[in-house]
Amino acid sequence: MVAKKGPKGGMAAGDGDEERSRVPLQAILLADSFATLFRPITLERPKVLLPLVNARMIDYTLAWLEYSGVEEVYVFCCAHSKQVIEYLERSKWFGRSNFLVTTIVSNYATSAGEALRVIYERGVICGDFVLVSGDTVSNMPLTQMLAEHKERRKRDSYAVMTMAIQRSKSSTVTHKSRLGTDELFIAINPETNQLLYYEDKGDNLKGSFSLDNALLTANSSICIHNDRQDCFIDICSPEVLGHFIENVDYQHLRAHFVKGLLDDDGISGYKVFVHDIRSGYAARIDNLRSYDTVSKDIIQRWTYPFVPDTQFAAKSVLKHGRQGNYRASGSKISPSAAIGSCTVIGNNSTIGNFSNVTNAVIGEGCVIGSNVSIEGCYIWDRVTIEDGCKLKHAVLCDGVIVRLGAILEPGVVLSFNVIVGQNFRLPSYSKVSLFKQPIKQDSDEELEYVDDSYGTVEISSSPNSPERMEELRADYSDVGDAGAGCIWLVDNADLEEEWLHSIAPVLEDQLVEIVQNRKNPTLNSNENDTVLQQSPDLELGSSDDSDDVADDSLHFQNEVEATFLRGVHENVKEDNLIFEINALKAMHNCELIDCASALFYAMMKLALETPHSSSSELVKNVSEIITKWKKLLKCYLKTIDEEIEIILKFEEMCLEFATEYIPIFPQILHIMYDKDMLQEDAILKWASEKEEADESDKVLLKQSQKLIQWLREASEEEDE
Amino acid sequence: MRRRPQVSMDFQIVVLAGGFSKTLLPLVSKDLPKALLPVADRPVLSFVLELLEQNGIKEAIVVVEGESAALLISAWISRAFEDRLNVEVVAVREDVGTAGAIREIGHRLTTKDILVVSGDLVTEIPLGAVAAVHRRHDAMVTAMLCSVPISGPLDSGASSVKDKGKKAGRLNIVGLDPTKTFLVHIASGAEVEKDIRIHKGILRAFGQMEIRSDLMDAHMYAFKRSALLDVLRQNEKFHSLRRDVLPYLVQSQLKSSLRINGSQSEENGNDKDALHIQQNLFSQLANAPHLLSDPILNQTHKCVVYIANKTKYCARLNSVQAFSDINRDIVGDANHLLGYTLSAQNNVVDPSVILGSKTTVGPQCMVREGSEMGDKCSIKKSIIGRHCRIGSNVKISNSIIMNHVTIGDGCSVQGSIICSNVQIQERASLKDCQVGAGYVVTANGDYKGESLAKKEK
Repeated sequence: MVAKKGPKGGMAAGDGDEERSRVPLQAILLADSFATLFRPITLERPKVLLPLVNARMIDYTLAWLEYSGVEEVYVFCCAHSKQVIEYLERSKWFGRSNFLVTTIVSNYATSAGEALRVIYERGVICGDFVLVSGDTVSNMPLTQMLAEHKERRKRDSYAVMTMAIQRSKSSTVTHKSRLGTDELFIAINPETNQLLYYEDKGDNLKGSFSLDNALLTANSSICIHNDRQDCFIDICSPEVLGHFIENVDYQHLRAHFVKGLLDDDGISGYKVFVHDIRSGYAARIDNLRSYDTVSKDIIQRWTYPFVPDTQFAAKSVLKHGRQGNYRASGSKISPSAAIGSCTVIGNNSTIGNFSNVTNAVIGEGCVIGSNVSIEGCYIWDRVTIEDGCKLKHAVLCDGVIVRLGAILEPGVVLSFNVIVGQNFRLPSYSKVSLFKQPIKQDSDEELEYVDDSYGTVEISSSPNSPERMEELRADYSDVGDAGAGCIWLVDNADLEEEWLHSIAPVLEDQLVEIVQNRKNPTLNSNENDTVLQQSPDLELGSSDDSDDVADDSLHFQNEVEATFLRGVHENVKEDNLIFEINALKAMHNCELIDCASALFYAMMKLALETPHSSSSELVKNVSEIITKWKKLLKCYLKTIDEEIEIILKFEEMCLEFATEYIPIFPQILHIMYDKDMLQEDAILKWASEKEEADESDKVLLKQSQKLIQWLREASEEEDE
Repeated sequence: MRRRPQVSMDFQIVVLAGGFSKTLLPLVSKDLPKALLPVADRPVLSFVLELLEQNGIKEAIVVVEGESAALLISAWISRAFEDRLNVEVVAVREDVGTAGAIREIGHRLTTKDILVVSGDLVTEIPLGAVAAVHRRHDAMVTAMLCSVPISGPLDSGASSVKDKGKKAGRLNIVGLDPTKTFLVHIASGAEVEKDIRIHKGILRAFGQMEIRSDLMDAHMYAFKRSALLDVLRQNEKFHSLRRDVLPYLVQSQLKSSLRINGSQSEENGNDKDALHIQQNLFSQLANAPHLLSDPILNQTHKCVVYIANKTKYCARLNSVQAFSDINRDIVGDANHLLGYTLSAQNNVVDPSVILGSKTTVGPQCMVREGSEMGDKCSIKKSIIGRHCRIGSNVKISNSIIMNHVTIGDGCSVQGSIICSNVQIQERASLKDCQVGAGYVVTANGDYKGESLAKKEK
């Protein structure tokens, strides 16, 4: 192994230009994605060593780095580090004179942040470096991006990072890019390309996001993009590593580092810039969906020169045929087999009679029987598929055997050496492995998920010792007679995510379901509509409550309203309603006061929606509804405060339904008083509070003057 | 003179001339509504009306807040624009706002489109261009945006410091689509002070949005008449075109069903629409997924912008600061709008003006007819109106002096605005002051940054 000691002194900023120009271009390649999306496959083999068309993922990344003029690559290995090192040692990448590949191993790093800290401690990085992960496929030239970065650095030593972004429009339905990643919202200054805002894991339910007002004072023009995609190719200055040392809690490059820099109000002063790739290909394989997309791009030669028929990675060469077909010379295909377009067939693989293969990648040494139908599958090496099987959009790892007549429905993943029994039908999106599914609460050190939500941290994989693995090996089988492997369970809640990340394309009816899932809550909460609707506070031109709170309370109100209406229409018992509303209250962390006002709102709205032709009829409606439901409402009117809140809420409603409610405000107030919903103290207190309000606010108060007067007199009489 | 494109006749022009704006006190008075404030000795309204005339427009409606202001303005227009423009002056109630004004005169509007121009606009941007853009896109509304006037950041004098807070607050924040044609986001008024809220839905539809804070809403809009009137009718609370109507239109432009065509069918319409959209969605998805991302398909109406060329002058007289800025620009950088030929000294001095010995009038000055100056006076970058009597040893710089002002010997006036009939007695010194009409500044008085006005009876 090559061990290179970099000059530590090079870390200091302010090297002379001369010296800087002599620094070789370095790259850090993270051979671990610190994510779990490729499980169960990654339990046995690191992601970077998974085959992509006919080479390993890491081969694409290394080949591209070499092609772009990188001279030294530090490969950071973590999970399955032995496998990565062994592979690299046998590969052509080691022992080259102008392209130095060095491995750095840390078995305890659980995130990109920790990896960078380890690398910093090695002191090998002495200048600007390229930071990529080992699952990147690209052919973009780095020259221009690098030149831009260096130019900026010269002018501003705080410009520490340049991120590559690429045009890509997310689906308006799923809000995912074609690579299956979440849609991205970024704001940049179009003149300087400085990144001002970054939101990748945004809350889809929230219809808006805000930009700091201060940004506008510094930038007269800000471009906000939803049509860009992060390529996860960064050029960083050594300060980036230093910043990770200073902030030991930083784990994720984007979530912590980039957002940290954007949010820290310029404490560090570091700036991040973007480089828009206009030509060239760049994609990161983050999930199975992107695995599928990128494979197809490679087959369709978008990644040239890194395509199956060039020898960029030492493996058998495929011959490029018509219709995007590639075939190794050693493959044997029955003349009666139908090979559709965009199919790759590796060396020593055989395909039997009358089999039908389209859009598929078949590795080396595979045996495919007769009458097999394969569509959109990724079949790795030494896979056996017996006669009459039907496979659609599946991933079959090395050594898998699919017995006679088995059927794999779309989205199936079969990990290494799984055997699917005869005539077994494997349902969609099954993930099958010889190993048991790790349980989240598992104390097992290797399989501990720390924080799955951001995909930052995964197995702190000390080398998976054989004994350990043996322990995990499943002693039962779910996949038919004489099968081997257990089906991993998918949480129902994650099903949608599973679809979107699956190898299989998202189907129409799934889209329908996604849209409906999304619509239902949004229709209730008015979310998607508020997006485009005039928000009421905007109409009035002033609103100070923060968005989150407003959204949440609106949501709560809508849910209470829905519950109440259901209660009305389905004659649900009051006790049950109370129970449900209490549940909502707990869920939204609301107060009694919120329940009261939401419930009241729902009641008044119901009154409004009950057909009426005149305001006196509306009064009657209100009166009826209040009589019927006052017990329910009373549960939430424990103190005077809540009662006052109700009046205030009513006032608010009067703004909303001015024509209906303003004229009859005092009457309804009176009804509520009569029905014992409001005590006279509440009304009087409200009145006295309102005395100090603006003139414009007092309209309703003035209307109710008579009632208030009457109440005052009554109370005075009582006093006497 | 170059021929300007004519605004087609089916545009009705509405000039909103305002009334006695409170923000312009003490410059405005009972006898001088905002629209008649002098810019280089011409009522500011004349700039808009002449622009209309140059664009080949024959008719216009001038809307004035308050009867008395309307009378004054109407009297001036019939004097100045007789046989040039057929102007109808309409009085509306005071403080109805721009939206209210349109609402009140709605019954007079008959054409397909209307062009609403603020009466305090001083610009040379051809109206035809705005109208043409409006027509080309068949837009619901076309708003004219112009670069923030050059004078804005330039005046780094004492006055700008105290004004800074205000200026930041008055920033217009707009979001444009990538082609810079459509207005997709607008924040104004109170919202500007807060963080910018971006609606993801709109961003998704357009893919990209440019937020600009260096553009000023010039208050020149082309509207579809029927749609505008509908919006105003349905939203009785709308007070201002810019703060209420425009944001409303911008926000609702991508909504599947706009509440413009009758509000009664709204409920059913929405439901049906939602269903319809869903059904459509799937067939579209199957056939051509890109259709979904096409904003134009979902767009119910268009909000278009016309971004004026940077070199064109454009400013609004809506503050005291703007008043002096515009006056300075109009005899200075933007003197092509002035309508006078400048002398060799780069100034305009009426031949009837009597100058004492050793009195100098510098460049970028204007002195109107009948004014007299004593000896050893120095006038720099200032405008002096008609029939002013200025004594000896008076220094005037960066100031605007209206008509019939008397200034005693040895006075110094800097950066100030002196309204008509003011008397400034001997050796008074004024710096950055505004002096209301008829005020008497006593001898030896020394004022800085003050607003002086007669008490209204």
